Amino acid sequence: MKSKLNLNWDIVNKARECARNIALDTQKFIDRHTTVAVERTVCRLLGIDGVDDFGVPLPNVVVDNIKKGNGLSIGAAIYIGNAMLHTKLTPQEIAEKVAKGEIDLTTLPMHDLFDIKLEVMKIAKQTVEKIRKNREKREELLRKYGDKEGPLLYVIVATGNIYEDIVQAKAAARQGADIIAVIRSTGQSLLDYVPYGATTEGFGGTFATQENFRLMRQALDEVSEELGRYIRLTNYCSGLCMPEIAAMGALERLDVMLNDALYGILFRDINMKRTLIDQFFSRVINGFAGVIINTGEDNYLTTADAVEEAHTVLASQFINEQFALLAGIPEEQMGLGHAFEMNPDLKNGFLLELAQAQMAREIFPKAPLKYMPPTKFMTGNIFKGHIQDALFNMVTIITGQRIHLLGMLTEAIHTPFMQDRALSIENARYIFNNMEALGDEIEFKKDGIIQRRANEVLNKAYELLKEIEKDGLFKTLEQGKFANIKRSPNGGKGLEGVVEKDEKYYNPFIELMLGGRS
Amino acid sequence: MGGGLYSIEKKDYDKTLDLTKVKPYGDTMNDGKVQLSFTLPVPDGEKAVEAAKQLCKKMGILDPQVVYHTSLDKEFTFFIVYGSVVHTVDYTSIHVETVDVQTMSMEEVNQYIKEHIGRKLVVIGASTGTDAHTVGIDAIMNMKGYAGHYGLERYEMFEAYNLGSQVPNEEFVKKAIELKADVLLVSQTVTQKDIHIKNLTHLVELLEAEGLRDKILLICGGPRITHELAKELGYDAGFGPGKFADDVATFIAIEFAKRKLTGIK
Repeated sequence: MKSKLNLNWDIVNKARECARNIALDTQKFIDRHTTVAVERTVCRLLGIDGVDDFGVPLPNVVVDNIKKGNGLSIGAAIYIGNAMLHTKLTPQEIAEKVAKGEIDLTTLPMHDLFDIKLEVMKIAKQTVEKIRKNREKREELLRKYGDKEGPLLYVIVATGNIYEDIVQAKAAARQGADIIAVIRSTGQSLLDYVPYGATTEGFGGTFATQENFRLMRQALDEVSEELGRYIRLTNYCSGLCMPEIAAMGALERLDVMLNDALYGILFRDINMKRTLIDQFFSRVINGFAGVIINTGEDNYLTTADAVEEAHTVLASQFINEQFALLAGIPEEQMGLGHAFEMNPDLKNGFLLELAQAQMAREIFPKAPLKYMPPTKFMTGNIFKGHIQDALFNMVTIITGQRIHLLGMLTEAIHTPFMQDRALSIENARYIFNNMEALGDEIEFKKDGIIQRRANEVLNKAYELLKEIEKDGLFKTLEQGKFANIKRSPNGGKGLEGVVEKDEKYYNPFIELMLGGRS
Repeated sequence: MGGGLYSIEKKDYDKTLDLTKVKPYGDTMNDGKVQLSFTLPVPDGEKAVEAAKQLCKKMGILDPQVVYHTSLDKEFTFFIVYGSVVHTVDYTSIHVETVDVQTMSMEEVNQYIKEHIGRKLVVIGASTGTDAHTVGIDAIMNMKGYAGHYGLERYEMFEAYNLGSQVPNEEFVKKAIELKADVLLVSQTVTQKDIHIKNLTHLVELLEAEGLRDKILLICGGPRITHELAKELGYDAGFGPGKFADDVATFIAIEFAKRKLTGIK
């Protein structure tokens, strides 16, 4: 693609280098720690599922048992492997016995570490093989139907009942949606466990559970077959159970996951240490499973000004890119986020939006960029809102955004009605078809408003990245440089779930999924 | 039926405005014209169109014209309908509760608080309950404000705390006590199935149980909030669409002084 913005590539390279150093510096901290969520994920990947008599998920039961015995620093895998050697039972059977109080994992006599790892590895390899098969199945279906060129239409369903969500999701797919995101119940990100089974309740959405994932995937596979088009499924891999949800998604062939620690830190007040450690393992799983991650930079602009703070979006995209690379996620799976959130009263605001979107396109050429619609300036005037969404649709088709989250004319009023969604899809398809090649036909005026704006944002992002490189990511978040929100390294939810690793620490999945890195 | 640029419909009704019998206005006084759109869970077709018309007639819409209908899915049809509503309202007999104060500027509010209260007021705000949207509370509280109206954080005489979204009512009350709040602002932006009503009522109950309700000003806001609804739910004021930080600030300053409130000590 020929650059339209005349960007200063020297600055782009330097900014990327800063971001790499920031990520590496943070990764040193991450590598020294594990969390309760990471260990619960190991349990899940070893086949532990279900709940005890009180409804507590068995991965929580097992990890709590190990934590109580002060054993978490060497990892759950060792204790489960040891118990397998000792009892000749499966991890699931062991977990059930732990729940009944018949086994206390940390007080069993310890077998030889080598034998334990061998035992664990047998199960781990089976799970990893299952995830690999899921990835291959997706690739096979995409080959069979042919993947869509151009923007993928992303719509949400949020009825609060998985069975009603399925009705809505199928309708949306038939109307033209390519990606269905099942909104979670408000507040799930703050639960330190994953609910179990099919759910028919929740506020603003229903829970992310493995059974719900399975039901929705099955429904979308049916509608994909009917339409001859692969419908992707999205959920939310953020909050206190980040890696567990990544594991569930990998096992049930989800295709896209919202996955961004910075979002949780800023907008859900989750402890930064906890969630950055969780994010690493979740991204290793997502990377291996072929899942596209979506990052949450767009949210910064819902609290901070989209014109003044545009450079924080770019800076964060650079950082997210490096974190993703460290976790083995290829560029083709990086749905870096940004949004169309400028005040519609702004003179030439459309040009600034165009500059930002084109800049992201040129700086991250292979990334399936996620572009979010206007939300902040949507009003009860649905007629105006529909036009704001039309302008947003135009930016997408002109600049080649990939994951296009549909704007709804009733955004400021309620979760979408079926007809709201249909009107949005119609709007986007009209514009995408009617203006398909416009982006190829136009160039931007040399040193005009658009080129100058892009370079200005790039320069400011580089300045910010230099500061972050100097101060470190934790301190930067403490100073409120993203989204104008300040968070302390020891504040927020979930810090008590962070544990320093012992030298003997073992997690077979990092090795299997990432190949060598620990 | 419709069509064409010029209306050839006969207009043989009284075209003088009568405020005791107000009707919607399309392009002629008392034509009663309304537009509406909805989805029915039936397959598209002539029977569906007839169903839409019958439904409109039950709503009091004469000669409903289904100008557009399309299938949204096998079992769902979307309609856009125009028609003339038969009902009228007596505008002259309507009484609405409004916040009746002349809005002051930021400087005037600061001056008013200095003169009449003599100390900074502690204001805490949040989107409470399950509401994840901070757009409303941010517009009122953040330094930058909204549409040129500075937020409460910028006011010299307010100590403003924006607690963000999804704050449980219990947490909100705890924070109010901890920060010794004088004023509580609650935002409810996007809610489902009228959950905001339950949530707003729950907060009032909690405050009463803690014996705090009569010490503070309690204000709510959001696109579906009216002053009248707010009063009904036990709030001191409600601010709907089109109200800005200065409207809220003015109300706080005058009302807090007038009622000689103490705030939480």
